Amino acid sequence: MPEQTTRVKVTKLGTLSLVQFADRKILDELAIQEIQDELLKLVTDRDDGNRLVLSFANVDHLSSAALGMLITLNKRVKEKKGTLKLSDIKPQIFEVFKITRLNKMFDIYDTLEQARASL
Amino acid sequence: MKPSRLQDGHQAFDPPAQSTMPTAQTFDAGEPLKEIVVRNNLAAAKLPEEAIMREVMAAGYGEEDAFAIKLSLEEAMTNAVRHGNRNDPDKRVVVRYRVTPQKTVITVRDEGGGFIPERVPDCTLPENIERPCGRGIMLMRAYMTEVSFNESGNEVILIKVNQS
Repeated sequence: MPEQTTRVKVTKLGTLSLVQFADRKILDELAIQEIQDELLKLVTDRDDGNRLVLSFANVDHLSSAALGMLITLNKRVKEKKGTLKLSDIKPQIFEVFKITRLNKMFDIYDTLEQARASL
Repeated sequence: MKPSRLQDGHQAFDPPAQSTMPTAQTFDAGEPLKEIVVRNNLAAAKLPEEAIMREVMAAGYGEEDAFAIKLSLEEAMTNAVRHGNRNDPDKRVVVRYRVTPQKTVITVRDEGGGFIPERVPDCTLPENIERPCGRGIMLMRAYMTEVSFNESGNEVILIKVNQS
């Protein structure tokens, strides 16, 4: 059953969390802080085997604060020896990752299915 | 109570010192810049963003240019509130702007001590990747036609030429 929170839609399949963003624009820090809190909860709930896939299919805008949030999340997931994958990143958003060279830091897949299959 | 420097969400700032004035090559002579002064918080920061984006859309900028301006403005406002004014609620952010169909000019000034752009750590280096560093500045530079700072480093000047 999908679990609806304010900022993200989370579908849990065992230890796998599929996350979709509700906002088309992940720009301002207030929203980003809320998203971060929701996403970090998904990680701290478990001691091991966290698997997260974030789908950016709905997202049109992303700021550097959002990138910072993803970096924090990635760090937390790694601390718990889990995996974090990103998918469905639109070209203009991918550009933001490329400019900051974070495309090399994250595992990015074209589609949610590909990201899931890689787990 | 400390008297507010704001009147109806507006004004009450001294004219900028000479060093904060736009340089000849970045600004054309023309219509004066509009000014919006907001309190130092991210919710208030939305006011100038909304006002400017309304003008940008009305002036016939394409989607990519509008994306660039919105993103850069968001980065500049966040930097001013968080890093420049250090989240101090007694401080203000001054936004001045002029949108024409050819070009958008935006300046964002905080009341902080300024910074030296060259000394911001390079966030593309692996050792800095988890640090708060110049990722916002990097995005502004990539998306805007021109990004510069005043001498004291408390004002960013953003210029976007309409490419559509």
